[in-house]
Amino acid sequence: MRNTAMNMVHKLAARDERVLYIGSDPGAGTLRAMSKEFPKRHLIEGISEAHIIGMSAGLAMEGFVPYVNTIATFLTRRCYEQVAVDLCLHNLPVRLIANGGGLVYAPLGPTHQAIEDIAIMRALPNMTVICPCDADEAARMMEHTLDWKGPIYIRLGKGGDAIVSKAEHGFEIGKAILMRPPGDVLMVTTGIMLQRALAAADLLAAQGVRAGILHMHTVKPLDTEALLQAIRGVKLLATLEEHVPSGGLGSAVAETLIDKLGSGLPAMLRLSLPDRFMHNYGSQDSLLKKHGLSANAIATSIEHALAASRTSAPQLHST
Amino acid sequence: MIQISPHAEAALTCTLDERSLYLRRLVLGSVRSAGRGHVGPALSLIEMVRVLYDDVLRIDPQNPQDPHRDRAILSKGHGCLALYALLADRGFFPLSELDGFCGSDSILGGHPEYGMVPGVEASTGALGHGLSIGVGLALAARMRERSYRTFVLLGDGEINEGSVWEAAMGAAKHGLDNLVAMIDYNKLQSYGPTDYVLPLEPLADKWRSFGFAVQEVNGHDVAALRTVLKQVPAVPGKPTAVICHTVKGKGLPAAESNADWHHKNKLSDSELDAIRVAVGDF
Repeated sequence: MRNTAMNMVHKLAARDERVLYIGSDPGAGTLRAMSKEFPKRHLIEGISEAHIIGMSAGLAMEGFVPYVNTIATFLTRRCYEQVAVDLCLHNLPVRLIANGGGLVYAPLGPTHQAIEDIAIMRALPNMTVICPCDADEAARMMEHTLDWKGPIYIRLGKGGDAIVSKAEHGFEIGKAILMRPPGDVLMVTTGIMLQRALAAADLLAAQGVRAGILHMHTVKPLDTEALLQAIRGVKLLATLEEHVPSGGLGSAVAETLIDKLGSGLPAMLRLSLPDRFMHNYGSQDSLLKKHGLSANAIATSIEHALAASRTSAPQLHST
Repeated sequence: MIQISPHAEAALTCTLDERSLYLRRLVLGSVRSAGRGHVGPALSLIEMVRVLYDDVLRIDPQNPQDPHRDRAILSKGHGCLALYALLADRGFFPLSELDGFCGSDSILGGHPEYGMVPGVEASTGALGHGLSIGVGLALAARMRERSYRTFVLLGDGEINEGSVWEAAMGAAKHGLDNLVAMIDYNKLQSYGPTDYVLPLEPLADKWRSFGFAVQEVNGHDVAALRTVLKQVPAVPGKPTAVICHTVKGKGLPAAESNADWHHKNKLSDSELDAIRVAVGDF
């Protein structure tokens, strides 16, 4: 997914002279081909994220479309004020390409694990937040970033994520994709959790439970219309995210439903990482599994919540 | 042992001409109307802003978005009263707006906002942002082969921020000789002396070592400021830092070098009288 997104920056740069790549201190050879073809628009500016965001704001004020790229935690935590003030307050078209969203950097520990990035980016007025599910979707998404007004936070997974998106679904910023029609259950996913939702849906189907999937690649602006459409007749709504429970996809969905429906909410299960830093290493996969986000665990949690929802009044569940 | 710059000594004794007093009357009139404002930080800045807008910047108040205009960013956004006075006086917006400072329907807030105030190039107030934005503007000029210059006005307390020094390294890396950092070196930040809060000296050497050509000047000497600012870049191929030795609260004896006047949220009758004595009726 990362290489695809990077190569798309090069492709967009070939088409549009406003496009800049600005890296802090990325891996050796990042976008080498672009650096050769467009050396003036391939900028490596050092481990100075606060400065890079401000500089990108200045460039965007002059009509450029900078794609700023570094590790997700450094692009969100380190320079939050610059993102808020320089980009969001001025509503400038800077694109933040965040490597290693979620637990991609599991072995590198909590300094490198972006577990609250969606929440803090989503909280900022004017910010758009997109979490593509695979490389194909990342490529389709990048096409739409060129002329989008305002800043975009792009949360990338690691390379080699299974391709689960489909070209025929297309891509439009802010438009969710219904991957499977809802049954008793609707899963709402973002980013790479779509893979797990698809596998969980298969496991549930084998148990006679029909589970739909709404892929919310854009967490902000949330596709309220698609969400309200998809939850009709659903007994259990489950949100899946590689993120702490506060402020991410589950929060966005819950807030939207409360605002739009007020009462009569479906039973809701928010599956997420716990509200703590990860002190285990291993791999993204092993940490997701440890925190109940494997396909098996998701299917089991949904089965239990569905059973509970049948025996009690609608209520909110959370892991 | 820190050497006191002769420019700093000159700033203390420098007298102000009628235009400088007039601009102070505008600033203090806004403070009186609003009942609040960053007084000291604006008064130290006035001649820097005055010379920029009167004599240096290639700007047209009737066409504030001219792509070829020089850019100026007040990175120490809390000094905005000085900027507002100059912008109003130069015709970017009516002088009457100054009376609405900080009012609920005013375009003039306690920190300047891009898109709200004609002539304001960037929203500032959170410190340590302006020089990076300036680097972006200056780099864009280079890439677009435009001849505009970018001036960034920084506070001395502001340059406590590490982001300023990141930006300085970036400016030097790109050899941005179309970028000028002007430091309002009044040597007094909110809590007290810069030398107590976080010593900056040797300040000129710091900027030099970060790749800037450095000029030092009495920041209240209009003629000296003109000379320095009309000769930028000081060294071709390098960004310029102009260290402007100033006096916080300059022109208002009660406020001069007095941290209590960093920000005021009310003025007593005796303070208003003192202002009248210092700058005339306002």
